[in-house]
Amino acid sequence: MRELKILLVLVVFTGALYFGVEPYAHTQLHKTVETPDYTFKDVDGLKGMAGNAKSGETLVQNNCVACHAIEKVGFAQSMDNATLAASFQLTPPDLSSSGLIYNADYLAAFIKDPAKASKTEHKYQDGAAHPMPGYGWMQPQEIADMVAYLQSIAPKEMTNKAVFADACQRCHSIKYGDMLNGTMASFTPDADIKKYMGTTPPDLSQYIRSRSEQYLHELVNDPQKHLSGTAMPRVGLTQEAENQVITYMAEVGDSSRAERAELGPKFLIYLLVFAIFAWLWKAKIWRDLH
Amino acid sequence: MAKITKANSVGEWFDQRLNTTALNKVMMTEYWIPKDINFLWAMGVVLAVTFKLLIISGIFLLMYYKPDVNLAFDSVNYTIMQEVKYGWLFRHMHGVAASVIFLIIYIHMFTGIYYGSYKKGREMIWISGMLLFVTFSAAGFSGYMLPWGQMSYWAASVITNLFAGGSLEAWGLVEWIRGGFTVNDATLTRFFMLHVFLLPLAIIGIIALHFYSLRIPHVNTQNSEELDFDAEAEKYLAGNKKSAKVIPFWPVFLSKDFAVLSVFLIFYFYLVFFHFGFAMDPVNFDPADNLKTPAHIYPEWYFLWSYETLRGPFFDMFGMKAADIGLIIFGLAQGIFLVFPFLDRDPDILPAHKRPLFRIWFWIMIIDLIILSVFGKLPPLAVTEGTWYQIYFDNAHIGFYATILFLLLWAALPIITRIDAKRRGAV
Repeated sequence: MRELKILLVLVVFTGALYFGVEPYAHTQLHKTVETPDYTFKDVDGLKGMAGNAKSGETLVQNNCVACHAIEKVGFAQSMDNATLAASFQLTPPDLSSSGLIYNADYLAAFIKDPAKASKTEHKYQDGAAHPMPGYGWMQPQEIADMVAYLQSIAPKEMTNKAVFADACQRCHSIKYGDMLNGTMASFTPDADIKKYMGTTPPDLSQYIRSRSEQYLHELVNDPQKHLSGTAMPRVGLTQEAENQVITYMAEVGDSSRAERAELGPKFLIYLLVFAIFAWLWKAKIWRDLH
Repeated sequence: MAKITKANSVGEWFDQRLNTTALNKVMMTEYWIPKDINFLWAMGVVLAVTFKLLIISGIFLLMYYKPDVNLAFDSVNYTIMQEVKYGWLFRHMHGVAASVIFLIIYIHMFTGIYYGSYKKGREMIWISGMLLFVTFSAAGFSGYMLPWGQMSYWAASVITNLFAGGSLEAWGLVEWIRGGFTVNDATLTRFFMLHVFLLPLAIIGIIALHFYSLRIPHVNTQNSEELDFDAEAEKYLAGNKKSAKVIPFWPVFLSKDFAVLSVFLIFYFYLVFFHFGFAMDPVNFDPADNLKTPAHIYPEWYFLWSYETLRGPFFDMFGMKAADIGLIIFGLAQGIFLVFPFLDRDPDILPAHKRPLFRIWFWIMIIDLIILSVFGKLPPLAVTEGTWYQIYFDNAHIGFYATILFLLLWAALPIITRIDAKRRGAV
């Protein structure tokens, strides 16, 4: 009985200490923000307007491919990444997958006013402008048509890695994704991206361990919530694409996760058996003593 | 030379040369421990096993770790964590054991304090134990630097900075410790040496001293009964196991230790696999960057209470700077436990529940250390506007009050222990 009482005291004090320095302290150290909004209610989007992919095709060809590649339909990247970055401040994205990974309303709003939709207007002061000009002068129907076209050519599904590459890798490296060949370095060369963003965006190899998954979701959905004034744009990923990005980060940065989950219970069962034998042996030896 | 005859067994062969039978008796089967103990007496063996886990996992990590500012982070987080088969397991085991060993050290320490197992001949047990606490702290701190993450770097900066002595401005000393003006590659390699060589060596040596210091005064009991170990041992050897008040180290004492150990190991490996975040701070998974100070810098949980005594005094007092006062209290906090046996002026060995004032002192001390630890982690917010309650009970003030209470408790210790003894008629 006395031993149980001592154990209880230990558990209560250790528990109080743990609660104070871990869960409680973390509520005080990190700010809480609203949950992510994957419908992008705040943007000037399609407002329910349906688009015509056929007419969108012509519009996209006339307005977009001068800068953007669309490998999917044969518009290859015009120059290498470094030259593109030197010309446009950063490497423009290939549009092949944008119809799948970006929310349609967000995409429409972005075409109209990139800085506003991405919440980076604070970056473009005193004559500086977003590298992509806004197309707000177009008719809403034309914008809807372009979005419809981009959706029509987008693949039905993509690998986690491909979503990461399209959504994040123009600015961010994730070198643990390919340490040997370095293919997971950012597409825009470091010097250019530093000049454009003001700082080199961090390598994301260990972000799955250094940030909570909840934080990553909140940050990707709207970077301004956690990092007010950051140069990182909101990119308008759909919830599914965002999940794929974060799953990829976990595959790269926390590759033992599945093995941990599999091995853990085995260890504990083994130790439980050990504990049973240890207590039986103890009982046997101490029986003679009392 | 002793006369050696032909041995009839391997055991005998060794016995002739190494006297193993006598050694086994002295160390195991006739090393006497009191019977009147509870599971808290198993913490020594739990600590020894946890230390062994640290050594074994550390050896495996050492095979891949690279002590170089350009390579360290990736050697840990890529090579060991992603590439090496079960590298993650060894790292988690090492990180969690390093954290949990302090929980057990604290339990072990406060068991000693509660039962008065530090006086009347047991002073060297206490002092060698506190030296182990100091060396383990140094090992924890130096090891934390090795992954070269943000917390590694900034904790190293903050702690080495303390050696400037505040207003003493002993920068030469800080540079000498760091091997440069800032924490740099030379700092990493020297702390690497300390962590994998000098400190483990010192720890093993002091553990030997700690064990040896138990031999003469023997282990205390939970009712502080003074035993005649020779007489009780004779009873036990004569077969009166029930009436003997002692048990042999092997197999009786260790059988209980293993039972307690088995429960501890379940707890420990649960943490290793499923709940390791508390021991592996997320901030340290960002690579060290000397141009980017983290929003919050805090030590691991086991240093938080003393860290809070450092930053507790947050305003200038008595013509001294806040930082200097903090440093003095911090220095005091590091050393004060070492002289515990000499601050307790009660001549009797008794458990705290038989010492009325000391019992109160003990529990207030535990609660105060927990408060210091919690507020050592919270941001030290100082509220300047609002109600009196908001202003005088903000994080900074509570930390300050807890620090003052900590000092008062130590000042009171010699007095209250003396009063307890007087009331009992012991002095």
